[in-house]
Amino acid sequence: MQNILEIEGLAKTYDGGFTALRGVDLTIRKGEIFALLGPNGAGKTTLIGAVCGLVQPTGGTIRAFGEDMGRHWRRLRRRIGLVPQELSTDMFDSVINTVNYSRGLFGLGPDPDRVEEILRSLSLWDKRKESLRALSGGMKRRVLIAKALAHDPDLLFLDEPTAGVDVELRRDMWRQISALRERGTTIILTTHYIEEAEEMADRVGIIQAGRIRMVEETREIMARLGRTEAVFTLAQPLEVVPEALDSFPLVLASDRLSLVYRGGDGTGQGKAEVARLTKALIATGVDYTAIDIRESNLEEIFVNLLEHADAEGEAA
Amino acid sequence: MSLFNARSAWTIYKHELARALRTALQSIIAPLLSTMLYFVVFGAAMGGRMDSGLAGVSYGAFIVPGLLMLTLLSESTSNGAFGIYMPRFTGAIFELLSAPVGFAETLVGFVGAAATKSLVLAAIILGTARFFVDYSIVHPVFVLGFILLVSASFSLFGFILGIWARSFEQVGMVPALFVMPLTFLGGTFYSIDVLPEPWRSIALVNPMVYLVNGLRWCFYDTADFPVMLSLAMTLGFLALCVLIIARIFATGWRLRS
Ligand SMILES: Nc1ncnc2c1ncn2[C@@H]1O[C@H](COP(=O)(O)OP(=O)(O)OP(=O)(O)O)[C@@H](O)[C@H]1O
Ligand SMILES: [Mg+2]
Repeated sequence: MQNILEIEGLAKTYDGGFTALRGVDLTIRKGEIFALLGPNGAGKTTLIGAVCGLVQPTGGTIRAFGEDMGRHWRRLRRRIGLVPQELSTDMFDSVINTVNYSRGLFGLGPDPDRVEEILRSLSLWDKRKESLRALSGGMKRRVLIAKALAHDPDLLFLDEPTAGVDVELRRDMWRQISALRERGTTIILTTHYIEEAEEMADRVGIIQAGRIRMVEETREIMARLGRTEAVFTLAQPLEVVPEALDSFPLVLASDRLSLVYRGGDGTGQGKAEVARLTKALIATGVDYTAIDIRESNLEEIFVNLLEHADAEGEAA
Repeated sequence: MSLFNARSAWTIYKHELARALRTALQSIIAPLLSTMLYFVVFGAAMGGRMDSGLAGVSYGAFIVPGLLMLTLLSESTSNGAFGIYMPRFTGAIFELLSAPVGFAETLVGFVGAAATKSLVLAAIILGTARFFVDYSIVHPVFVLGFILLVSASFSLFGFILGIWARSFEQVGMVPALFVMPLTFLGGTFYSIDVLPEPWRSIALVNPMVYLVNGLRWCFYDTADFPVMLSLAMTLGFLALCVLIIARIFATGWRLRS
């Protein structure tokens, strides 16, 4: 079995009449890290809620581990973990109690060694006796992760796991998530930090206004839509781009003082071409005083895509 | 495929009891104190001048079952209500909804814990009452059974209340505005036979009358109504609550969005 989750035509219209999901089709492969990206209100949390039993779908089917979620929820939910977006839990409990509680709630007997392992891996062991309300926000989020891991789920949902977490903790969390994948856990996470998706995700899905706009391998998106941009600051203004450089995708800036290269893909091909370009510039006698070179990132791709989708939506 | 996760239910049950211990002052001491005040005022201080209407039962002893019922009903209702309202309020309910637990585990866990608290409270009240009034129990096994039944029924009722409520006020409102006054007027302090008409007939519409009388029969073997009527009404109420909760779980009403 390759697909761990198969969602078909999933729809949700809330009681107030607002439609948050408009027929979502999504397939998650076993063992992957899948990043769900989308602007605020796109329907990410609703989608996760529908799989985890917090939201009642108004249409569509959800199959997990090859079985229908609606019919076999009791068995399937044991294998699914959820770290919610909101820091919502009994704040008066101690760290270790709340993690033990989660384990028991999912039908597993006590296992102090495993719980210790989880708490240590999240640097919570020293804080195990503290009451949750005495912890900082980032620490509370780790406790929620520990709770979700307490029953060793095969499929883990992380709804904005690094929201409000400082850079160091965030990197640390990325390591945790990678470690989980090593153990064979399939992970679906939502995030607003595109860097995060770029860094960790095998595949990226973009959701907007309740529809999945695109699902692709992170590497492929980068390769297909990634660009290298190099700006050469010229020593003397140029009237036109010399003919000898016609083979390069070059544009002369309006002040004629800089030459802009935009090309390549997200795999480094652009950088190599810029290197060739530097030689060609010297060979043609074009002098420059500075080079500014950078790769477009997923963030730009994402923003572009959404703007594109918006324009399409308005045109339709 | 199992239909009941005993471990999950047990986990909820333990967790709820632990929460009660953390708030022991509120869940045990406060109701105990207010019940004792009734015993002191009505039983010990004024009781000597009052006639219970039952041969061989002092007034102080007469009011024991009613006062016990008064505390049991309001405590069971609010325990049952807060047990489920709190996680709804904090959002912690997400974990319950995403766990492999359904109607049965949730009921056994939450309502079982609420009923257990009521039982403990009842035992403490009965023990403490001994210091103020001299009473005896004719049918101890029935007392235990009836207390259990009533605690479970009203914990279930409270559970429904806790799912229905949208604010803390609403959770507190029903026990304070309905359960408590109706029990108070339901023959806790007098036999409804002493009421003049039309009050007597009006009193018969009050369901608490039958509960108070049922428990009084278990204590002293006499009551205004046949005990079977009390038992049947309590069982009917219990069944109704279970049905409503089953329906709530099937539809996800106010639990899932
Ligand atoms: N319980 C609810 N009742 C009515 N509307 C809701 C409810 N929950 C969410 N919505 C609406 O559904 C839409 C999708 O919400 P959702 O929380 O799924 O978005 P999201 O993609 O997770 O956003 P964010 O990035 O801000 O977390 C939003 O417009 C939201 O207002
Ligand atoms: Mg969200």
